[in-house]
Amino acid sequence: MRTLLVMAAAVALAGVAAGCGEKSSVTVYKQGQYQGKPDKQPWDNDQFKGDKAAWEKAVKSRNLGQNEYVRVSGG
Amino acid sequence: MARMKFLCDAERCIECNGCVTACKQEHEVPWGVNRRRVVTLNDGVPGEKSISVACMHCSDAPCMAVCPVDCFYKTSEGVVLHDKDLCIGCGYCFYACPFGAPQFPQDGAFGLRGKMDKCTFCAGGPEPDFSAAEFRKYGRNRLAEGKLPACAEMCSTKALLGGDGDVIANIYRNRVLKRGKGSEVWGWGTAYGKPAQQPAAQPGAKS
Repeated sequence: MRTLLVMAAAVALAGVAAGCGEKSSVTVYKQGQYQGKPDKQPWDNDQFKGDKAAWEKAVKSRNLGQNEYVRVSGG
Repeated sequence: MARMKFLCDAERCIECNGCVTACKQEHEVPWGVNRRRVVTLNDGVPGEKSISVACMHCSDAPCMAVCPVDCFYKTSEGVVLHDKDLCIGCGYCFYACPFGAPQFPQDGAFGLRGKMDKCTFCAGGPEPDFSAAEFRKYGRNRLAEGKLPACAEMCSTKALLGGDGDVIANIYRNRVLKRGKGSEVWGWGTAYGKPAQQPAAQPGAKS
C-alpha cells in the first residue's frame, strides 16, 4: 500500500513538474533550399563564351565609369 | 569580385525619377509595379533629401528566409533573384522586406494579385540568358551583357551608384573627401573612422 502511494505521488509530482515547463516562444527560422530552376553564370553565354575574366573586366570598366572625378578631370 | 550593391548619395539625388523611368523602360515593367522609386524626406522643405530605393540585394535577405516555397536564390555576385514559376504570390516577402522592394502586379476587375516582381539588378532570372521568356518574366539581363543596372548607369547626377560594392564604396569615399560633406548621412564614422578625419567644408563648396 505504501509503495503504491509513493508511486502515485511520484507520478503526480512528475505531472505537476511537466506542467511548469516552458518552451521557448522564439521561433528559429531555418533557411530553406532553393526549389526553382538553376541559373547560369552571367559569363556563360554567347557574348563572353565562359570567359569570366573578360566579363569581370567589362563590368569593372563600367563600374569605374561611374566615377566622374576621373572621367571629367582625367584624375 | 565582391558583392553587387547599390549606393545612393542623398547629397546628389535631385528626385528626377530618371532611375525609375529607366528601370520601367528597360524591363517593360507593367503598370502598378515600380521596381525602383525615389523617396523624399521633408518634401518641399528647404534641405529636403531624396534617395532612390529598390531591392538592396541583402546579404542575409529576409525575403529568402520567409518564402514558403523557397523560390529565391542568390547568385555568385550576391544578387538576390527568384523563380516566378514557383512564386505563389503570397506576399510574405513584401511583409518581410524593410525596403518594400517586392511588388505585385494586379490585374482584372477584382485586382487579382500576380506573382512577385522585384529589382533583379538587371541580372534577369533563371530562364536562359537573353531568351524571350527571361525578358517577359524578369526583364533584360544587362549583367550578362557585361553592363551594370540601367538605373545607376543613366543617373544624371551619379547619385545612384551600382556595381561591385568595393568599387562603388571607393568612388563614394573619394567623392565625400573631395566635396568635404555628406558623410554624416550614411554612417561614415562606422565605416571609415571618426568624422573629424574628413576635411572641413570649403566655403561655397558645391555638392
